[in-house]
Amino acid sequence: MNSNADPRYKGYRGKTRELLAAQGVQVWSDVEIHSTKGVFSGIILPRSENADQYHVVIKMASGYNVGIRADTITRIVQRGFREAHYQIPEREFPRDESKPNVVLFGTGGTIASRLDYRTGAVIPAFSPGELYGSVPELADICNLRTEKLYSVFSENMGPQQWVGLAGKVGEAIRQGADGVVIGHGTDTMHHTAAILSFMVQNPPIPVVMVGSQRSSDRPSSDAASNLVNATLTAAKSDIAEVMVCMFGPTSDLYDLLHQGTRVRKMHSSYRSTFRTIGDVPLARVDRNGVKPIRTDYNRRRADRQVTIDPAFDDRVSIVYYYPGMKPDIIESLIDNGYKGIVIAGTGLGHVNQPLYPVLKRARDMGVHVFMTVQTLWGYVQMYVYETGRDLMDLGVIPAGNMLPEVAYMKLCWALGHSHQREEVQRIMLTPIAREITLREPHDGYLILQGGLPEVEEFIGRYRR
Amino acid sequence: MPFLLVEVSMTIPPYGTLSPDDYRALGFRSGLEVHQQLFTQNKLFCRCPAGRYSPVYHAEILRHMRPTLSELGEYDGTALMEFKTKKEIIYRLHRDTVCTYEMDDAPPFLLDDEALDHALEIAHLLNCNIVGELHITRKQYLDGSIPTGFQRTTIVGTDGYILVGGRRIGVRQLGLEEDACREVSDEGHVRTYLTDRLSMPLVEVVTEPELTTPEEVAQANQVIRFLTRSSGKVRTGAGAGRQDVNVSVAGGTRVEIKGVCRIPLIPALVHYEAFRQVTLLRLRDGLLAAGLSPDTFHPRHKEVTRAVYRATYPPLRAALDQGARVRAVVLPGFGDAMNTMTQPGRPFSSEVSDRVRVIACLDRLPNLIYRHMPDPGLDPSIWSRVLPAMAAEEGDGLVLVWGNEQDVRTAAEEIGIRCAEALVGIPSETRQVLGDGTAGVTGFERILPGPDRMYPDTDLPPIPIPDDRVEKARLRVDAPPWELGERYRAMGVPEHLVDRLILSPRRRLFEQAIKSFPGISTARVAHLLTATLTGWRRRSGIPVDRVSDEQMLDLIRLLHKGRLQYESLKEVVRYLAAHEQVSADIALRDLGIQPAGEVEVRDLVAQVLDQEGGGLQMDRRRWKALMGKVMARVRGRYPGRGVAAILEEMTGGLHARASAAGEEGDR
Repeated sequence: MNSNADPRYKGYRGKTRELLAAQGVQVWSDVEIHSTKGVFSGIILPRSENADQYHVVIKMASGYNVGIRADTITRIVQRGFREAHYQIPEREFPRDESKPNVVLFGTGGTIASRLDYRTGAVIPAFSPGELYGSVPELADICNLRTEKLYSVFSENMGPQQWVGLAGKVGEAIRQGADGVVIGHGTDTMHHTAAILSFMVQNPPIPVVMVGSQRSSDRPSSDAASNLVNATLTAAKSDIAEVMVCMFGPTSDLYDLLHQGTRVRKMHSSYRSTFRTIGDVPLARVDRNGVKPIRTDYNRRRADRQVTIDPAFDDRVSIVYYYPGMKPDIIESLIDNGYKGIVIAGTGLGHVNQPLYPVLKRARDMGVHVFMTVQTLWGYVQMYVYETGRDLMDLGVIPAGNMLPEVAYMKLCWALGHSHQREEVQRIMLTPIAREITLREPHDGYLILQGGLPEVEEFIGRYRR
Repeated sequence: MPFLLVEVSMTIPPYGTLSPDDYRALGFRSGLEVHQQLFTQNKLFCRCPAGRYSPVYHAEILRHMRPTLSELGEYDGTALMEFKTKKEIIYRLHRDTVCTYEMDDAPPFLLDDEALDHALEIAHLLNCNIVGELHITRKQYLDGSIPTGFQRTTIVGTDGYILVGGRRIGVRQLGLEEDACREVSDEGHVRTYLTDRLSMPLVEVVTEPELTTPEEVAQANQVIRFLTRSSGKVRTGAGAGRQDVNVSVAGGTRVEIKGVCRIPLIPALVHYEAFRQVTLLRLRDGLLAAGLSPDTFHPRHKEVTRAVYRATYPPLRAALDQGARVRAVVLPGFGDAMNTMTQPGRPFSSEVSDRVRVIACLDRLPNLIYRHMPDPGLDPSIWSRVLPAMAAEEGDGLVLVWGNEQDVRTAAEEIGIRCAEALVGIPSETRQVLGDGTAGVTGFERILPGPDRMYPDTDLPPIPIPDDRVEKARLRVDAPPWELGERYRAMGVPEHLVDRLILSPRRRLFEQAIKSFPGISTARVAHLLTATLTGWRRRSGIPVDRVSDEQMLDLIRLLHKGRLQYESLKEVVRYLAAHEQVSADIALRDLGIQPAGEVEVRDLVAQVLDQEGGGLQMDRRRWKALMGKVMARVRGRYPGRGVAAILEEMTGGLHARASAAGEEGDR
């Protein structure tokens, strides 16, 4: 609706908008509203687009907002007009030749932001000057260059963005960056981390993805500390891998560096939502530096060699198996021209017998089917039970301990290179960045069970 | 050689010596923010049970607070101060009282409906305009008292009023908000909170600053307390009600005294706060008259650890021995202004010391020493070494402060800042009550945050309040408390129980019982539902609140019918409190309480008289023994008075004779 574009009535629709116009007031008018419920004074605020069309919102002198139902309003007296102006305080990011150079790419979401108290609008801060104004600690670490590549929510990241991002990382490496940080929404951060691990191979420098679980407009936000830790990792650590840097334990103590192919978002809202699955994290990082946990990572190099391999075929799907699944799901994938299917099977990698014929048909139609486990932890092992062997006979290929989402990203990437059966299988099963590991350490699977006395004691003592 | 550079000639009049006209002359103005927890099942934004408190905790979580960009950009007072202090915040959690919401690891659930309905009732009681749509707002707190860094709060009503001594005092707004953590300790750079109270629903009643004497402030607070409690929808008991008191005088600034927990403390606190402001204004005038100016006053500080390394003053000596650094702050032309008394027993130097304690976290007192102290403590030869080291002149103020390198630097800066503020007037701040509050003195707590720390909560949608919901709340509010009082007196409630009944959550039950059981003793039911139940809870530890109104009404019915006697009531209530689903009838059966008939009682009396033999002793002891024996068998099943009548009859008037004999004997 075009009427909504009129900034004078921003967000107001229908009768309420007509009322404002008829009373000769608009957004930012300082008013006294006479209603059948009494008199309310304040400044008319823009209305949120998805709020109903029956109320006028004002900000009172106390700073509180209240809504007044339009059909109770008898008269509005304008006392003044106070439009909100906001800008981000910007200070020049200091440059120090002795400090490492870090490039920060933005893909969307807000790494740092300024909040407008009157509207509640969150204004993203991204330029080095803006970031310096909000996270001045960054200047102690490095010289910063920023580039906003995309402005999308993380669920809207897709092949185009991944390919573009890989190219930009390669460019930064060739231009001499000492480290790359990528700001990313957290929902699909592990998808992007996985595909970057395949598209950016053997980087000579750290490539660190970072985000926040609590938005940067709140005092308890993890954004600033995650960003500082990620930047520190990019600037100074010797870990030349694609990594995710996010909040470690429940307490605000340190961040963890996760291998891009072994990490997964495991809680819808916790800060410490990212976990390394089936392995231990690469390292811990806090303001005092990076403390490696694993030692078998690729070391930082002085050269500028990197393989950028941005192949992608999006005709791939994940099928999350459930008992009683019918073959039509897979039929429809085949019929719609899908070329790859990653199954998240039960237990060691199983699906029910009614799917057998359609899986055979998939193979015959040249569709590549790989098996992963919906238990997330552990390997696919299709020899233990006869059903597993049957499935392999039907052309389903076990994908080791690759996480389902990682296998999905890798199959997209593999099919970008070849559709030849043996070649696809070779690519899929040859680990590039620990997406399949040869062994699972005994402490690669630790989910502490709450309520157990020893666990409670541990949590109580160590504030984890 | 004490000498006076800054003339501030005034003494602080003790509380109680001034008239209302005196306060008017000072331009005294005060307003209240009264917080009262609501009685709900659950917390305001999650499904945790409300009102369960325990010092026991199962885990601790450590967090930090960081000012958002707005604060850093604009250097807002409170935010920056909290950032300077660099606190580690520890939260103690109990498994049953806190979930991931309170710990800021999950978004809020929808606002608790029960709490909103309670708040709507209270809005009616305060004669407020009720808003058409609630907007949840975030109010920033960086002290860590709320793990999110903000309090979720919303306005339910505006522009109400209360009557205080016949005068109409405006109620600016009624807020509904979540409560904060309870502070356990705040030492050095670590502040610890207990989280059980976090997110409890409460209403905040904010009055206009229209109160004109300290007594009126307390009186208004009583009225608000009484009004909110009369709704029967608020919690009572320790910590359930707290108030912040805003005070200013002519030429002064709004200063907030935080978290006063007892109303009787208020008058002296606000009186002395008013005079703190008056003395600070006089001090400013004195400093300006002495030629100082905010534009040219430039304090400076330098490390002087080496110059004072021989100091014997015990607090400084102890710190030096532990490796503390010492800084000297020169306050040009400040003279002995530090000695100006601003509160009884507290000179201006304590304002400075408070700042150093709170902001630089140097909380071992004394945390500073200054040259013109009445009791210098420090060897004069030390001062004579520091003076030239700092290039300080005779008329300059000079302060020494000690601690670790970083904190002592913050402290030295802060000393300069506070003294510079003395040239401007009164810093806008929140103050905490010192000691038990009876002395009426307060200490600096935080810089007072402005209205700019409020912003919409993007996690929750606006909540429209339909007219019928408002109307239903209005119908639940039957009358203001003074009208209830009249009604109860007319019904025959004894005077000493009227107020208790108005405030009792069982008030409606009382009215229902009187209506349902004609002829029942009003006084007896009123006493039972107020004093008796409270006594059982307090003295016998019976959780009487667990007995539902339905169960209680049932009990009153049984009492009325004579199937239950007052003597066994306590036992039944105890049983019902432990068995929430059980009806009163079943409780009687479970406890074996069956009413006794007159025949049964007569049989029993006969048996007892048989066993005891005729006996010729006609004294009270024998009467008591017989009564005791019978009552042991029928207690709670037959009225005691009835038993006495039967016994008297069957012994041919034993009691009357015994009494007469006793009286004889006494003569």
